[in-house]
Amino acid sequence: MFLYSLTFYLFSTIAVLSALMVISARNPVHSVLFLIFSFVNAAGLFVLLGAEFLAMILIVVYVGAVAVLFLFVVMMLDINFVKLREGFLQYLPFGALLGLVLVIELGILYLTDTSSNFNNSQILLEPKINETENTKMIGQLLYTKYFYLFQICGIILLVAMIGSITLTLRDKGGVKKQNIDNQNTLDASKAIEKKKVKLGEGIK
Amino acid sequence: MITDFIIPGSIIVAQILAVVVPVLISVAFLVYAERKVLALIQLRRGPNIVGPFGILQSFADALKLITKENIIPSGSNKIVFILAPIITMVLSLAGWAVIPFAPGWVLSDINVGIMYLFAVSSLSVYGVIMAGWASNSQYPFLGALRSAAQMVSYEVSIGFVIITVLLCVGSLNLSKIVLAQQTVWFAIPLLPMFVIFFISALAETNRLPFDLPEDESTLVAGFFTEYSSASFVLFFLGEYASMILMSSMTVILFLGGWLPPFDIYPLNAIPGVIWFTVKIIFILFLFIWVRGTFPRYRYDQLMRLGWKVFLPFSLFWVVVTSSFLVYFDMLPN
Repeated sequence: MFLYSLTFYLFSTIAVLSALMVISARNPVHSVLFLIFSFVNAAGLFVLLGAEFLAMILIVVYVGAVAVLFLFVVMMLDINFVKLREGFLQYLPFGALLGLVLVIELGILYLTDTSSNFNNSQILLEPKINETENTKMIGQLLYTKYFYLFQICGIILLVAMIGSITLTLRDKGGVKKQNIDNQNTLDASKAIEKKKVKLGEGIK
Repeated sequence: MITDFIIPGSIIVAQILAVVVPVLISVAFLVYAERKVLALIQLRRGPNIVGPFGILQSFADALKLITKENIIPSGSNKIVFILAPIITMVLSLAGWAVIPFAPGWVLSDINVGIMYLFAVSSLSVYGVIMAGWASNSQYPFLGALRSAAQMVSYEVSIGFVIITVLLCVGSLNLSKIVLAQQTVWFAIPLLPMFVIFFISALAETNRLPFDLPEDESTLVAGFFTEYSSASFVLFFLGEYASMILMSSMTVILFLGGWLPPFDIYPLNAIPGVIWFTVKIIFILFLFIWVRGTFPRYRYDQLMRLGWKVFLPFSLFWVVVTSSFLVYFDMLPN
């Protein structure tokens, strides 16, 4: 129990601190790295709750794929951070409002949800990893009770994907591309022409 | 206090050392084996001075590198620069926590073992990106960009390959994946997936013919151009340790882990850990053999192979496998 609470406080403190660093770090790349660090710590918290599947999905999807591309973009773009910071005070009230709404929602959930018999000590720690595989349980719920919602999510993602492809894919012209099939079917007789050249005349 | 924390804690530390130390030693011998096999492929003698048959060459090299001066470029981002090799090394060792060497011989037999391995191997790209960015130099940066795109592309097809295996097993636990192959190793019914997985593993560990992040002929040494001494050693160790990790993942997914090829007397008397090691050595030999045989891919060819060949094919094969399993009612519970 002591060890569990120790790791819980370790993960949560680091997660909150690195989330703070995300918005306060001067260098955008450092911000993204701190964001990744806070994702990893959130995954640690999921493991403590016994939700090991969610923890791994968080790491594979967010850290392993989304954040890599994000880091890629931040590294490539020359972002002027002084300019970005100019709007800080302007957007502060809106951000604070969002945060406040989230805190109130969480509070309401915490105070009203007595139906599921959560109490503090149980939420905190005691992973029940080996009782049931929660991968299986998530699968059973998603593909029975929430089947239609799950499918709709998939379709929304597909639409978003097609949208982003059509927005970014344009044929600029002047790009040299290799046609692999042509290249593979190429043989010497098509690519090279042998000519006998008479001395002192050259090819016309 | 003592019985609660210190004794279990020291047992865990001892177990971790029992896994990590052999891994590090086998990295040293893998480097030696690679140089020797490449030498034989190219009709050379390879390392043959230090120790009998040059077997201690890697230790001599490591000692030489560690005693050199560690140079940190003045224009670099120092913390990230130092962190990058450490992350590479730690991640390549972290995966070993869930590898089952023999029945019951596993540090942490978690339910989502294969997901954990997948997560750890997908994180290893950060070492490369951070090194490339923190060096503040063109060649490492190009290497890092190449690596980011390459690893993300090949992860997708690795994910689909893992899904096909999971469909046949019905669990994400690595020991259960091995035990599901008692009748037949998955390399036989899922042969195309085995091939795709092996090629993607080459790309994931940045090995030839896909070692574009460290492409000597165009990028000097790619993402670790600016590294020297101990930090270079960490990258080197990390690369080879993750190579062994990927080959043990291949063995667990497709070659039946610790199981003997046939469950008959002289074969099943040999302990499982020996079978496991032999299979890993076989896959590692394939890694080196490929390196000695194929020329490096061009970058656009690499991307084409990942997105236009492997991705559609593995997606198709997921559908084929699942429909086959459903139609013949062979889905595991």
